[in-house]
Amino acid sequence: MFKAVVTITFKKSILDPQGSAVHKALKSLGYQEVEDVRMGKHVEILLRGEKRQEAETQVKEMCSRLLANPIIEDYQVELAEVEV
Amino acid sequence: MKFGIVVFPGSHGQTDCHYVFEQILQEPVTYLWHAEEDLQGVDCVIIPGGYAYGNYLRAGAIARFAPLMEQVIAFGKKGGLILGICNGFQILTEAGLLPGALIRNPSLRFQCQNTYLRVEQTETPFTNLCEQKEVVKMPIAHEEGGFVTDKETLERLEKEGRVILRYCNEQGEVTPESNPNGSLHNIAGIVNEQGNILGMMPHPERYVEAILGGEDGKKIFNSLVAWWQGGAGR
Repeated sequence: MFKAVVTITFKKSILDPQGSAVHKALKSLGYQEVEDVRMGKHVEILLRGEKRQEAETQVKEMCSRLLANPIIEDYQVELAEVEV
Repeated sequence: MKFGIVVFPGSHGQTDCHYVFEQILQEPVTYLWHAEEDLQGVDCVIIPGGYAYGNYLRAGAIARFAPLMEQVIAFGKKGGLILGICNGFQILTEAGLLPGALIRNPSLRFQCQNTYLRVEQTETPFTNLCEQKEVVKMPIAHEEGGFVTDKETLERLEKEGRVILRYCNEQGEVTPESNPNGSLHNIAGIVNEQGNILGMMPHPERYVEAILGGEDGKKIFNSLVAWWQGGAGR
């Protein structure tokens, strides 16, 4: 069994109004050193299977077909083997 | 001309659209349930506004995989007329029938207001009854209407005259102030390469009678019928 953690973020070129709002809020709390805030999505997927390579290929396919929109988003996949 | 209105769980613009075709245009119209696989021989597919599949993940992301959408995609690729309104526009981009994507309004607010739109192209199935550069008024009601795309695609859309509607002020000037949602180049509606698929964020179906404030929305629907009668239907 594998656990995939998918992190989806807006591409750098895409405006992230939520991130900007949080950035402003942090500054108003006094955190002047905050340079930038980007929001994203965190998806955890439990996957049956034994082969790491297969699991990775599958999760990447899920990302490009559904989880992320390549026009506006980038994604990262972290895969870890877990006990059933 | 037979219209088909796609209905997903979470759609809410279908009844208004149905009213337009049945009561105002007096053209045959039917609902097309998302789980079906038959377009019932319609001549034009309308994807209405709403929150198809709850807009979970991203607006339109899950709706595009509905069984009916496969038929809609095939219909569009063969040149069939498709109009996506609001959530329908979002679904069409997710389905790859239109380029770009629609992201959260920079205001972070649900923008519900009347907007002025400049008609940029009139040689289309959707705007042939409008005057070139005509300013029309229609309401928007959305939280994710900011049209974005990469630079090359944006240049192509402009060069090929595929930007059909642009947010403007009452005088028809395209200004940052008249842009309600941060859309690149004030884009409110675009067509695909073949010109048979229009996606637009404003709601023409909500502006079809004087009692609603105006009738400009009718121009879009009447254009479709005129286009059809003028040759496309024969």
